[in-house]
Amino acid sequence: MTLTAPVTRKRSALTKGQLPGYAPYVVLAVALVLGAAILALIGFNVLSWGVVSAILFTVGLVSWSGAVEGARKAKDKLATCLVVGAFLVALLPLVSVIWTVLVNGIPGIITPGFLGTSMNGITGTLDNKSVDEGTRVLGGVYHALLGTVQITLLATVISVPVGLLTAIYLVEYGNDRPLARAITFFVDVMTGIPSIVAGLFAAAFFFALVGPGTKTGAVAAVALSVLMIPVVVRSSEEMLKIVPNELREASYALGVRKWRTILKVVIPTAISGIASGVTLAIARVIGETAPILVTAGFATSINNNVFGGWMASLPTFIYTQILNPTSPSNPGPSDQRAWGAALVLIILVMLLNLAARLIARIFAPKAGR
Amino acid sequence: MLKVDVTTNSLTTSQGAGRAGDKVFSGAALTAGCLILAVLFGVALFLVVQAIPAFVAPAADIQGGQGFIAYIWPIVLGTLIAALIALVIATPVAIGVALFISHYAPRRLASGLGYVIDLLAAIPSVVYGAWGAAFLAKEIAPAYDWLANNLGWLPIFQGPASATGKTILTAGIVLSVMVLPIITSLSREIFLQTPKLHEEAALALGATRWEMIKMAVLPFGRPGIISAVMLGLGRALGETMAVALVLSSGVLTASLIQSGNQTIAAEIALNFPEASGLKVNTLIAAGLVLFVITLGVNMVARWIITKHKEFSGAN
Repeated sequence: MTLTAPVTRKRSALTKGQLPGYAPYVVLAVALVLGAAILALIGFNVLSWGVVSAILFTVGLVSWSGAVEGARKAKDKLATCLVVGAFLVALLPLVSVIWTVLVNGIPGIITPGFLGTSMNGITGTLDNKSVDEGTRVLGGVYHALLGTVQITLLATVISVPVGLLTAIYLVEYGNDRPLARAITFFVDVMTGIPSIVAGLFAAAFFFALVGPGTKTGAVAAVALSVLMIPVVVRSSEEMLKIVPNELREASYALGVRKWRTILKVVIPTAISGIASGVTLAIARVIGETAPILVTAGFATSINNNVFGGWMASLPTFIYTQILNPTSPSNPGPSDQRAWGAALVLIILVMLLNLAARLIARIFAPKAGR
Repeated sequence: MLKVDVTTNSLTTSQGAGRAGDKVFSGAALTAGCLILAVLFGVALFLVVQAIPAFVAPAADIQGGQGFIAYIWPIVLGTLIAALIALVIATPVAIGVALFISHYAPRRLASGLGYVIDLLAAIPSVVYGAWGAAFLAKEIAPAYDWLANNLGWLPIFQGPASATGKTILTAGIVLSVMVLPIITSLSREIFLQTPKLHEEAALALGATRWEMIKMAVLPFGRPGIISAVMLGLGRALGETMAVALVLSSGVLTASLIQSGNQTIAAEIALNFPEASGLKVNTLIAAGLVLFVITLGVNMVARWIITKHKEFSGAN
């Protein structure tokens, strides 16, 4: 008789008081439907649908979990929802920025001559005409692109030797001396200098040295170096530190001098990391606006001399085109140029970031052959 | 008789050359190190020298006609307000993102997700400014209207709300996006360094994942989080473009949703290019004030990191 009793599937005591595995999916589906229903009443758009559904999902899952599993588990679920939510919230601006730049920048960048012409001779009248007659927007970023390349190149030429040598001092000669500790501390402090203060420093320095109102590409390069050196020092220092001591000792044992050891053994081993660190530092300063604004002024024409005359750069070009449109009554063409320049700038920065990763991979020391 | 000529011994000559090379090289390294200290000192020195005329000038000559103190304190307050808004928004989100990457995301995805957040730091500040001015301000203006209508009794939400949305709150939101990756990456580093044994001990005692984080990860990471937030504060205080492009500036106001307020960095950026004479000195003096504030914030942050160096990889 007992044998014929039907076997009832009972949940094991261990899994008792737990939400079933499908619980989150059910709650999600309900939240999405409810969210859509609520928004149908007050006007639908995707973003608020996501937000409302996420709130409903959190409330639903947490209260269900609280009823079945108890307060501790419910709190855990709440924390998980909030943490995942924080990540999604952080993605929103990234997606939004990239989307905005793409949508607004592509019309600018595909205009013929945008990359190849400067703003020389582009006046508000021309802009008004292009709006009235619907012709293409004239003018471009060539002068700004050229200025950015020159200023950044000069800043790199200043920063890399100083930064690399400082890193060598810290790792190879410093031995945790008070001076080395002071340099480490102040390099860290320098990382936090506001970029505009770096620009003001360079401006004040050259005002005192050359004369008031000195604004050239070189001044901007000095300002950028102040921002770039600490980054180069930090990254090179990290890279030199991880060179194994055995390599240095093997070289010393062969009677090689310390400076030859550093030049021929330590730096070649760390070169991939150093090069990618330098590339990242360039990527960081290439987008700096404020220091260039106060040191190089704005120019509308091509200037090939870093040591004389005002110089344009991509970031300041964007800034001035937005803030002071070429034609105040028709800011459309200026906006288009500004977004086009923003797209060019973002592409440059992303390429540099990509290059840094590639360099790190290509020049990485080969482990045996 | 064979005489050994010591001077032509190849070993000793090369040693001589090597010694000189060593001297030159270590000297160059030392010089570079000292140069950095000199630059930082020079930053302070040149700013002070160029700022002195603004401090000693008669009050009527300074912009506003009330002297330097009256000129600087509203924009110092504005700077602090903007930075504070940025931190209030960014800190919880950044800690959440750091926890997500270090303890919640599938391990295979974690580093990729970290890279995505680092992309936020790669976008130039002027692009954020343009985005804030052209997109965010427009989208957020209705929300300000709602705040003014429903929470208008709070001084910070006092109406009428700005129709363009170009307010200090918008600037603060843009700033929060810019400091988010800084706080995230430092906190993430320190969360990853929590001793595995602490975490496993908590889990073995039956703690849920959140309780484990509350008992093991957060107490361990607290100094790291504090210094990360301080570094974010340093960045938010000195950020120029987001404010210069987004905020339509004006006099100091308590309401965050009206146009008004100004920050030091934006004030300099907006006025320096056309400035001349004493105005230049005044702006450089404002820059000096900003420099001192950020220097103080950064030094405290670094000091906290060094104090807890033994278990911190965040520096």
